[in-house]
Amino acid sequence: MSAHPTWSRRRFVASSAGAFGSGWLALNWSSIVRAAEHAHALAVTTDDDADGFEYLGSAGARDVAALAALIIPTTTTAGAHEAGVVYFIDRALGTFFAGQAPSFAAGLEALSAEVRAVHGHDARFAELDADQQEALARELAATSFFETVRLLTILGFLTAPSYGGNRGQLGWKAVGFTDAHAFAPPFGHYDRDYPGFSPSASVDEDDAQ
Amino acid sequence: MTRQYRPADVVDFVIIGSGAAGGVIARELARSRFNVVLLEQGPRFGPADFRHDELAYWFGNALLNDPQICPQTYRRTVDDVATRARGFPYLWYARTVGGSSTHFTGNYWRFHESDFKERSLLGAIPGTSLADWPIDYAELEPYYTRVEWEIGVSGLAGASPFDPPRSRPYPMPPLPVKSSGVLLERGARKLGLHPFPAPMAINSVTYNGRPACVHCGFCMGYGCEMMAKSSTLFTAIPEAEATGRCEVRSSSYAFRIETNSRGRVAGVAYFDADQREHVQKARAVVLCANGAESPRLLLMSANAQFPDGLANSSGLVGKNLMFNTYCETGARFEHPLNEYKSVQVTRIVHDFYESDPHRGFYGGGGIDSRIGPAPAGWAWLGTPTDRRWGAGFKEFLEGFPRSMVAATHGTSLPLETNRVDLDPDLKDAWGLPAMRVTYRDHPDDLATARFLQARAAEILAAAGAQEVWKLPVTEAMGSPHLLGTCRMGDDPHSSVVDRYHRSHDIPNLFICDGSSLVTGGRGQPTMTIQALAFRAGEHIGRMARTGDI
Repeated sequence: MSAHPTWSRRRFVASSAGAFGSGWLALNWSSIVRAAEHAHALAVTTDDDADGFEYLGSAGARDVAALAALIIPTTTTAGAHEAGVVYFIDRALGTFFAGQAPSFAAGLEALSAEVRAVHGHDARFAELDADQQEALARELAATSFFETVRLLTILGFLTAPSYGGNRGQLGWKAVGFTDAHAFAPPFGHYDRDYPGFSPSASVDEDDAQ
Repeated sequence: MTRQYRPADVVDFVIIGSGAAGGVIARELARSRFNVVLLEQGPRFGPADFRHDELAYWFGNALLNDPQICPQTYRRTVDDVATRARGFPYLWYARTVGGSSTHFTGNYWRFHESDFKERSLLGAIPGTSLADWPIDYAELEPYYTRVEWEIGVSGLAGASPFDPPRSRPYPMPPLPVKSSGVLLERGARKLGLHPFPAPMAINSVTYNGRPACVHCGFCMGYGCEMMAKSSTLFTAIPEAEATGRCEVRSSSYAFRIETNSRGRVAGVAYFDADQREHVQKARAVVLCANGAESPRLLLMSANAQFPDGLANSSGLVGKNLMFNTYCETGARFEHPLNEYKSVQVTRIVHDFYESDPHRGFYGGGGIDSRIGPAPAGWAWLGTPTDRRWGAGFKEFLEGFPRSMVAATHGTSLPLETNRVDLDPDLKDAWGLPAMRVTYRDHPDDLATARFLQARAAEILAAAGAQEVWKLPVTEAMGSPHLLGTCRMGDDPHSSVVDRYHRSHDIPNLFICDGSSLVTGGRGQPTMTIQALAFRAGEHIGRMARTGDI
């Protein structure tokens, strides 16, 4: 098997300190709490249409939404689009991610410039066809900008809906996660018929299938 | 109910740090009728404050030392220039009442008999500080038992043929096995290994007035909203307060231990929540601030009489930092495991615990079944390199319920070059010197990790995984296990504290936490730190009663 990065805290530290240096977030709790309050206030006061974007603006929001949908596409389950990831990203850039907002904006502008250079001066990333978007994304994939969009897309898809993404818990549903106060065994398929621990128990081959 | 002291009151003990060790020692000394002030740099939370919020807790350092206000720098070797941490701290610990016991995973096995005497068993390892402990397992056994019964540990005595002798069974049965535990057990048994139920500092049944775990899954990195996790926040600390002799002073950041003209400690200077300075006077000080903050505070307390920092005549304060080597191996199975439910770990393999000279390197460790933070952390860093976005990434994410990880945790050799000290330039938000970390794994630590990972991959394959992937074994830059930086020993030239945790240099200064460990075991050190704390509390109380402090 090939080497995979992992999600462990240790790897997290290594990654944030090293490979993704400039693209990484420097969050703290109080700023996230403020972001949640901000998202809540926005949810009450806006219709969440394109005009509701505080940081990105409507054209920028469409491009970011298209990128997010490339990263987590809609398949048989919901993707970044249905989960409203772009709303999370917009609010993150205006709040707890504001420190990285200038470099994010520069990355987005670089992408737009590339789109114009290749496809004409009126072209926008969001309006390219799927193959064109994917070809550009492949070129972009090694950049810290793409890594930042990827991180924010993941966070917008899979963190609490109170932050503005993961709408209707569609992200959690797509990955089979349920946030509940309590669960009871059996937790999964393999512990359902567990006979109880015995130091001398033998392995039941049939049960393993 | 809880006692309040004034800083000008000369209390019997100031304890610095309210974590796994400080909470226990506060309880022991308060129950022995001493007046105690327990200083904690972070705020105090209650169970109702804790939330299932991955963004705030895992990505946002809700409980941790925040690198924006408590910055750290890191370098691999003493010849490098240290650079500042950005997203996360390199050395991480919960900065809150209860310390890291508030957010720990709760893995609570005992160290084995060999852990205390590996230098004698294996001989010297050139270039390292490998040493025997001044105490052996038998000396610590009664205190391990006290942790299990008085703090609360679930487990099954006799389940592991590798376990050291014990005087009592566990007070609670093991927690219900998860699918990852069943699969680890299945794979290990096929290979002739001896998996056993994980001992966890989490209630499996109602115990000591606290409820049983409800299996919400938010243990590692989170505070327990049920108080089922046996954090000192819910156990030793309220029991210390109930004596009427212990005050827990939260948001009180100790920055200097003061000494008098006789070379004894006389009090502790700290900042309150409004950054006002106070000095709490005391007859003795017990430093339990963890393996990173304890040496930092000793070094920050340097004065004309102790120019190299307190308790540092050996020059070893901050040195021999150990992390416990660690790596992970992922696997995906046919059916759902739903590993986001319940406690992290339910089965462990200790067949590779001992160091075996035939392997050609020093080291050993354990393998356990688990999955980590879920689900955003999984998506962010669990991603296979060939599936980082697009349909393949989505398919990987959808496999989350069918996935698990075998985590391996092992030895780290003590090296004097690995250390915590004070950054010469960077200051924290209080104007105090930032912590500087110098750390580079010994090659044997990495060899141990690779060896254990190979065994973990074999177990997962034997368990019937559809896919097994090895995560890269990389040099550690940080850890939650902060060990060895004020090691205990009989010789004042080669250790910082004696066998009773009294500093060799200052008779009324004691240090007990992860820094006391001479070797790091095979990971999961909190159980041993806490056993040491019970023992230290008993001996410090005895010395105080007999006028020996």
